[in-house]
This record gives sequence, C-alpha cells and structure tokens, in this order.
Amino acid sequence: MNLLDAVFQGLMLGGLYAIFAAGLSLIFGVMKIVSLSYGAFGVMAAFLALHFTEATGWSAVLSLLVVVPLMAAFGWALQRFVLQRTLGGSALPSILVTFGIAIIIENVLLITESADQKRMSLGWIDTAALELGVIRLGVYPLGLFIFSLLLFGILSLVIARTQFGRAVRAISEDAPTVELLGIRPKTIYAWAGAIALALAAIGGVASGIQTSFSPTSGGMLLIFAFEAVIIGGIGSLWGTFAGALVLGVAQTVGANFFPSQGILIGHVVFLIFLAFMPQGLSGRVRRS
Amino acid sequence: MTLEVNDLSAGYGQLTALRNISFSVEAGEILAIIGANGAGKSTLLKTIAGQLRALTGSVVLDGDDVTADSASARARRGILMVPEGRRLFPSLTVKENLQLGMSTGRKGDWNLDTVCELFPLVAERLNRRAGQMSGGEQQATAIARALVGNPEVIMLDEISLGLAPAIVVEFYDRLGEITKRGTAVLLVEQDVKRALSVADQVHCLLEGQTSLAGRDLDFAEIAVAYFGTGHR
Repeated sequence: MNLLDAVFQGLMLGGLYAIFAAGLSLIFGVMKIVSLSYGAFGVMAAFLALHFTEATGWSAVLSLLVVVPLMAAFGWALQRFVLQRTLGGSALPSILVTFGIAIIIENVLLITESADQKRMSLGWIDTAALELGVIRLGVYPLGLFIFSLLLFGILSLVIARTQFGRAVRAISEDAPTVELLGIRPKTIYAWAGAIALALAAIGGVASGIQTSFSPTSGGMLLIFAFEAVIIGGIGSLWGTFAGALVLGVAQTVGANFFPSQGILIGHVVFLIFLAFMPQGLSGRVRRS
Repeated sequence: MTLEVNDLSAGYGQLTALRNISFSVEAGEILAIIGANGAGKSTLLKTIAGQLRALTGSVVLDGDDVTADSASARARRGILMVPEGRRLFPSLTVKENLQLGMSTGRKGDWNLDTVCELFPLVAERLNRRAGQMSGGEQQATAIARALVGNPEVIMLDEISLGLAPAIVVEFYDRLGEITKRGTAVLLVEQDVKRALSVADQVHCLLEGQTSLAGRDLDFAEIAVAYFGTGHR
C-alpha cells in the first residue's frame, strides 16, 4: 500500500470515527458530561440494527429509520431520569454511573448475543470501489465520509443558529444563570442526550457495516471517540471532525509502516497531542 | 401587578441568612433594598428569583403563590433577576445573550430593537463576544437580557458595582423607561443616596432582618437602621 493511498484510507476511516465522536463531542466537549457508556450504546444500536435486518430483510441502512429514533428516545429518558441526577459539582458520579451502565449493557449483550463477532452487509456495496490512479476508494467508506461531513454541517448549524444550540452553549458556561432566563436546563440536557445517542446509533451501525463487532467492542469505539474529541480540542465540533481524521490517518499510515500496529500508532499520536498540544487543534480550551 | 413577599426566610445550610421579610410592590414602583455587606440583600433577591429555597414564607405574584416554582418557571411568570456580577455567557455574542433572554416567551414592549434603543452601548456591540466587553457594556447587556424577557418584576443586584460613576448615572436615568411600562423594580444598591434618589419605597436590612421599611423616610432614620446603631 503506498503512502498516498494510506492517507486517503485514513481520511475515510476518520469519517467513520467522526460520526461516532460527534455525539460524544456534544455531551463531553460542549456540555462537559463524561459518558463512559457511549461506546456500549453504539454496540447496542448495532445489535438492534442486526436483528431488525434479520427479521425484516431490510437493508442495514434502512434499519436506521427505526434504530435511531429508538436510541434517541432512550437517550432522552436516560439523561432526564438517570444521568440528570449525577450532574452537579463533581464529574465523578456521572463517570461511575455511565461506567456501570456500560458494564450492564456489555454483559446483557454477552448473555443474549454470545461473544461471537457479527457483521452487517450492504451486499455489493461492501466491496465496490473507485479506482483513481494509485488510490482506491471504497464506495461505502467514501459515502460514509460525505455523510459524516453532512452530519457535522447540520449539527454545527443547530448549535450555532438555533435557540436550542445557544442554550446548550450557555449551559456549558453557566447553568444556574440559564435557568434565570426561563429556560429549563433539564429539558436541554435531555434533548442533547437524545441527539448524542442518535449519533451513537448511527456511528455504531456504520461501524458494524464497515468492520465486525461484538458485545465488547464498545470500549474501543469509546476510546477512538474520546481521542478524536481531545485531538480536535474540547468544545469544538469541527475540531472533533478534524481530530477524527488525524486519528484515522495516524492509524492507516502507521499500519503502512508497522503492519498490525496501526491502532497503537493512533494512540501514540493521541498521546503526543495530549503532551504537546493539550488544547487540541481548535485551541478552544486552554489548560490552566 | 403586585409582588408580595410574606414572612420570607432563607439560608445556606445551617446558616439562616434572611429572617421573616415581608413587603409588597406594585406595577411601576421601585423598591430599594439597602443594607451593609452581608445584610442579606442578595440572598433576598435569590430567594425571590427561586435560586434559593425559602425556609419559611411565600412569594406571591398577582395572587399566585410561586414559592414552590423553579427559577425558570418564575422567569417565565415574569420574575427576572439581573444577577450580581452580570453573569453573561462570555463565549456567546451579545445578540445571542439577548436571544436567550427571550426564552421566557412573554409578550410585551421589549424586544431586540427597543432594548437597543434604550442602551445604544448594546446596539453597537451586538456581534461582539460578551466576554470581550467593558464592565459597563456587560452590565447594560445583562439588564437588556432580562428586559427582552418582558418582566413583571426586574431585580437588579448591585448594577453599579465596579462601574464608572458616569455610566451608573446613565443606568439610573433609564430606570424611568422601565417602570413607565409597568414593570416593578427591586433594586439592591450599596450607594444608599443614589438608591434613595429613585426609590418609591425603601427596605433596609440588618443582619438578615428588616431594620426599617417604608416610604418617604428621612436620611438620619435610615442611617441608624443601616448601621444598626442605637435602638433595635
């Protein structure tokens, strides 16, 4: 594999990571809630989609029409009735509770789904590719990359231009004052939770089509998403997108030089960012 | 419109910072709440706004008891506070801060255009990030943010703190524009003379209790109540 091709494969892989990291960027980056169950929710959505496609014979893409609203509703209720209670001065309660939720989901999936690797297929699209000289772009990863751009465009418009988006940004700075203006912070948090899990569902299903998944693959998804958010700079959506691309390229280019060590190289690049550029690409948050 | 505060007490943990406060204000009135540092003035406003829970007593707006309502419910009902220290959202623009102020969903005379007319300082800075403005501009924005919510009662907590006297005079000149539309003003102020110059009613707090309250009080009387010297 030549270097240029590796870079392009990395960008495409970054597009997939970006979709999954988008929701985490919203709740961790913008609203400052640390959720360790985010990866498990992605895997849960992938299994839901898998069963749905098996039961109906529909394509995995169409299953999103059912899985995404379902996960969004679940995310709304979870945020409103469980995670809302963990918010406050310390980040520790939300970390512990979401860690517990991740363990519960993982083990319920292990019991009901077994530890086997699963995969969803889109038929001929799985292997279709565009030959562009030395570069070979898979149709599915390319489509995913474009979809990911679109998703970030919509999400950043919502955050920048709508009253909901303004409230989300205001809450991350000063929740008590937001309440003084007549806004219900709990409602805003709940909708942010719904959007986050909808994105986790899209990311989980997309990743379940691209590679195989099992009940325990949520941890890796979560780490990639956190790495993308931190490389990109906390609090910036487009920073997360860029961070996901950096991570994807680091993995594929790394694998080009050290076959089978791609993921490790990705982690190393992340650690380099953490050590020398902790404010990330966007530089929104400076370390005090 | 009438805001009634009956026998209100509040505190932080074990400490009762406010004991048995009662007063009432009518539409268009200005009530000045004065007192030394730590007398409980900000505590009183926070309790009326719903940021602090009342230990005893009630807050009643137009006959509706709102004591059990959340701060956001009270804001939608028309009780709005401009908190001490302005508390703007620094990374949001001035305009975005004002747009959030419209979340009360209340109809009235105040909107983006009319508050910009009242505070030209704000009008010139709409696209500036709130955190990058001077203290006076921030204070004007904070008041404008509450006004666009079309309050029945607006509570101003130490709006002159840290500002140049010339700007403070401007703010006080604008109070008439606010009250003539029927909004009542609760004014917490360190500068007693300035507060008295605009107030219809005065409520003086001393160590969390009412030391003097009424209309047309004379200054000597107020000084005694303020410092707690002489008979208590």
